[in-house]
Amino acid sequence: MNTTTREQMAYIAGQAADARLNVELETEGMTLNIGPQHPATHGTLRIVARLDGEQVIEAEPIMGYMHRGYEKLTEVRTYPQVTTLINRIDWLGSFANEVPFILAAEQLMEIEAPPRAQWIRTILFELSRIANISLFLGDMGVQLGALTPVFYAFRDREFVLNQIEAVTGGRFHPNFDRIGGLKDDLPAGWIEETREVLGKMRTFCDELEDLLMGNEIFEVRTRGIGIIPADVGLSYGLSGANIRASGVDWDIRRDNPCGLVYDELDWQVWTHPDGDSFARYWVRLQEVREATKMIEQLFDGLPSGPIMAKVPRIIKVPAGEAYVETENPLGAMGYYIVSQGELVPFRVKIRSASFNNLSIAPWLLKGVYVPDIITILASLYFILGDIDR
Amino acid sequence: MATESAEAEVAGDSAVELPALPEGSVAAFDILKATLGDCVLGSHIKPTGDLWVRVAAEAWRQAGEVARDELGCVWFDFLSVIDWLPSPFGRDMDAEQDRIVYGAPARELEAMEHGYAGGESRLQVFARVAALPSGSNAGVAPAVILKADLPDENPAVESWISVYAGADWHEREAWEMFGVIFVGHPDLRHIYLPSEFEGNPMRKDFPLLARRVKPWPGIVDVELMPGEAETADGDGAADAVGGAE
Amino acid sequence: MIAVLSSAPSAVGVLADLSYWQQTVIKAGVVAVVIPTAALILGYVFLLKMMSFVQSRLGPMEAGPHGTLQLLADGLKFLQKEDIFPEKSDRFVFAAAPVMVLVSTFLLYVALPVGPDAVVSDLDAGVFYVLAVSSLSVVGILMAGWASANKYALIGGLRAAGQLIAYELPLVLAVVGVIIQAGTLNLQGIVLAQANGEIFGWGAIGFPYIFTQFAGFLIFLIAIQAELTQPPFDMPVAESEIVGGYQVEYTGFRFLFFFMGEFGTAFVFAGIASVLFLGGWYVPGFDVDSNWLNLLGPIVMLVKIMAVSFLVFWFRFTYPRFREDQLQKLAWKVLIPVALANIVITGILKVAV
Repeated sequence: MNTTTREQMAYIAGQAADARLNVELETEGMTLNIGPQHPATHGTLRIVARLDGEQVIEAEPIMGYMHRGYEKLTEVRTYPQVTTLINRIDWLGSFANEVPFILAAEQLMEIEAPPRAQWIRTILFELSRIANISLFLGDMGVQLGALTPVFYAFRDREFVLNQIEAVTGGRFHPNFDRIGGLKDDLPAGWIEETREVLGKMRTFCDELEDLLMGNEIFEVRTRGIGIIPADVGLSYGLSGANIRASGVDWDIRRDNPCGLVYDELDWQVWTHPDGDSFARYWVRLQEVREATKMIEQLFDGLPSGPIMAKVPRIIKVPAGEAYVETENPLGAMGYYIVSQGELVPFRVKIRSASFNNLSIAPWLLKGVYVPDIITILASLYFILGDIDR
Repeated sequence: MATESAEAEVAGDSAVELPALPEGSVAAFDILKATLGDCVLGSHIKPTGDLWVRVAAEAWRQAGEVARDELGCVWFDFLSVIDWLPSPFGRDMDAEQDRIVYGAPARELEAMEHGYAGGESRLQVFARVAALPSGSNAGVAPAVILKADLPDENPAVESWISVYAGADWHEREAWEMFGVIFVGHPDLRHIYLPSEFEGNPMRKDFPLLARRVKPWPGIVDVELMPGEAETADGDGAADAVGGAE
Repeated sequence: MIAVLSSAPSAVGVLADLSYWQQTVIKAGVVAVVIPTAALILGYVFLLKMMSFVQSRLGPMEAGPHGTLQLLADGLKFLQKEDIFPEKSDRFVFAAAPVMVLVSTFLLYVALPVGPDAVVSDLDAGVFYVLAVSSLSVVGILMAGWASANKYALIGGLRAAGQLIAYELPLVLAVVGVIIQAGTLNLQGIVLAQANGEIFGWGAIGFPYIFTQFAGFLIFLIAIQAELTQPPFDMPVAESEIVGGYQVEYTGFRFLFFFMGEFGTAFVFAGIASVLFLGGWYVPGFDVDSNWLNLLGPIVMLVKIMAVSFLVFWFRFTYPRFREDQLQKLAWKVLIPVALANIVITGILKVAV
C-alpha cells in the first residue's frame, strides 16, 4: 500500500516536471510508414517519415525488398546469359538495360557491331525510352490525384510495346541484344507501322501537355516543390532528366555516344532552369517528343547490311576492365565489367540510375508536406528494380 | 596489362602503341600525380580516354577531393569494391554437362590477378567520378576511375561523404556486401539485406547458396549463330548432354 | 392518365389523413428506396460509364446490358465480405461512423422538393436545415478516422475535418444571395419565387437564379465538390498519399455505407443546387398549381440533377488534387471574399430595385 502511494507520488511529480518542461505544449512527432506496399512507391519501397502534423521532419527510404543480387549472380553466368538478368533491372525500358552491358563486353572483345545493328539498337533504345517515360507522364497525374492521364498513358504505351514486341518477341523483356550485333533484323513493314505509332505518341504528348501540364492545380502542386540545385544534384550523382531539369546541359547520348549513333542525328538536349518537380516533368515530356523525332531520322538513314559481326561461338571475353554508360530512360546506367578471360565475368558493378536518383530523397524531403513526398518521389521517377537490382 | 609504375605505363603506352593518347586523361593524371605525389601507386589509360588511377588507401579521401576540385569531376557516378580473390567455388556450374563440355571447374585457389592500375591486396575500393562536358565548369578529363587497396585484415578507408554526398548509400552497400568499413560514415547500416544478416555476400568466398542447394542445369541448348550449320562441336556437345543423362 | 392525375391530389390527401407514425413509416420507406437508387444511378452513369468514356475505355460490360447491374453485383460482393474490426480500434465508434455518415445523407433527402407536393417534409427553414445536416457527416468522418487506430485514417479524418469546416462557410454564403433574392428560407418557396419571377418582364421560363447568382452557383459547385471530398479536393481520401484516409480500415458493408453516403450526398447536393439556382421542379409553361407538375417535376429534377452531377463528376475525373494548405487558401482567400461581395451586391440591388 505504502509503496503504491509512493510510486503514485513519484509518477505525479514526474508528470509535473514534464509539464513544466513542455511549457510550449510541444507535441511528439508521429512516425508514418509509407510502404512497403503503397500506391505511390512503384514497387516495394518503404519510406519512414517522421511527421510534425503534416510536415515531414525527416524521411528515410528503406529499400531492399526486391534485392535480387544481380551482381553476384552475374559472376556465375556466361556473358550471353547475363542479358536475361539485367533485363529485369528497369523493367519498363528493358532493352535499354542490355545495351550498356553488351557495349562494354564488345569494348573488351574489341569488336564492333555492324552499322545496321548499331542503328537498330539506337531505334529500340529510343523506343524503350518512349515506352518507359510515357508511363511516367501519366503516372505523375495519378500521384497528384488526376485519374485520367494514366489511362491514356497505358493505352498509348501499348502501341509502342507492340512495336517492340514485333521486333524482339518480348513485350517487356526483349533479351534481343547480342554481343556483336542483334538477334534478328527488323520485320517487313515495321518501319511504316512504327511511324504511325510515333505520330500517336506525339499526339499523346500534346494531350498531356493540355490535360495535365497546363492545369493550374498541377502547376501549384509541382512548381517550387522539391527544388534540386545543380551542385547538390551532381554531388548526389543524379542523372538523366533529373539533373537536366536543374539546368545542367549534359546528356551522355550527345557527349559520349559510345556505340550508338546519336552523333549522326539532328536533335536537342532539353534543359530547364528551375530544378523543381514541374521542370522534371517538362523535361521528360520534351524528351519523349525528341525521341520520336530521333527515331524518324534513324528510319530515314537506316543503312543496309548485316546485323551481326563475326563473333566466336563460345564467347570468352579477354581480360581487362571496361565501363560503359548510356543515357537510359531513368538516367545514366553503366556496367563496370572486370573480366579475367573466362566465360563468365569476374565482377560486374551495375550502376543503375534510380539508386543515385533516390539517394537525394532524404535531403529533399526535409520539411515538405506529406502530399509533397508523393509529388517529389513521383517526379524523381525511379523504378524499384533499378534501385534494388 | 597492369603495371606497378605509373610513369612506365603512361610513357610506355603513349610512346610505343598509341601515340595519340587522350590529352585530357594525361593532363588529369599529371594533376593527380602532382598533388598526391607518392600516394599515386598505379595508373592506366585506355585509348577511349578512360583513366584509372590507383592511390594509397590513406589518400583515398584526398584523391576524391582533388578529383572534385582540381579535375572538375563534380558528378559522383558510383563507388564499390572488387574482391580479387579467385572464387573457391569456380563457376559453381557443377552439372554433369558442364564438366563434360568445359572440363571440371577449378577448385584450388589460383594466384590473384589484379586489373588495370595494379593492386596488392584482395579488396580494392573503386569509384568513378565524371566531369561535365561543357560550360564554365568543364572538367580536365571526362571521367576518372579511382582505386585504392585495402588491408586484408579489417579493411577500412575514409568515407567520401564529405566530398560527394551521394557516396552515402554506395558506401553502405559496399560495407554490407564486402565488409569494408568507411571511417567517418555516420550511418553504416544494412541497406538491402535484413538487419540481422551475417556475412558479406559479394565476397568471393561467400558461396552462392542457391547453387549449393540446386546445381545449375548447365547449358543445354546451344544457340547457333545465324547461318551457322550444326558443327562437329555442337554434335559433340549434344552427344555429351545425351551421355550425361 | 388523366384519371391518375386527378386522383393524385387525393393521394396526397390520403397521406394527410393518416396518423403521424404511418406517415413517418411511408416517408422513411420512400427515402430508404430513393437513396440507394440515387447512389446506384450516379455510380453507374458517372463512376462507371462516364469515367470510362473520359478515360477511353469501356468500363464494365458483362453484368447486365452494358454492365448496368455491375454495381448491384459489387454491392452483393460487399455484403459477403468479412466484417473486420482493427484490433486496436474503438469498436463502437468504428461501427457507428459509417452509419453517422449515412444518416446525414438520409436527413438531407427529407427536405428536397421534387414536385409541388412531392416533398417528404416541407420545412420552413429548409435551406438552413439542409446546410446544417450536411455537416453532420464531418462528425462521422472524424469518428471513422479516430476510431480506426490507423495513422493514415487519422490524417485523413483530420484533413476531412479541416476541409469540411473551411468549405461550410462558402457553401452557406453562396446560398445567402439566393435567400435574399427569394426572400424565403423555404425550399418550396425558393422554387416558387423562381417560377413566378420574370426576366425583364419576360416570364416564359420563370427566373432561375443562376442568371443573377452565377458567382454564387460557381462557389456552391466548388464547395459541394469539397464537401463530397471529390477531386480536386479529395485530400481526405487521397489514395496515392494516404491510401483512402478514413476509409482505409473499412471493409464490406461498412465501406459500402461510405460509398452510398458519398454518392447519395452527391445526388442530393446536385438536387439542392437545382432547386436553388436552376428553378427546381418547375416546368415553364405550366401553372405552378398544376397537377402535371407532380408528374413532370421529378423528371425535370432528375434531368437537372444529372446535369449538375455531370459537372461535379467531370471535375472529378479531370483535375489533380490540391494540397490542404492550398485548399484552405482557396477557401479563405478567394471563395469567402467573393461570396461576401456577392451578398453585398445582391443586398444592394434587392433594396435598390
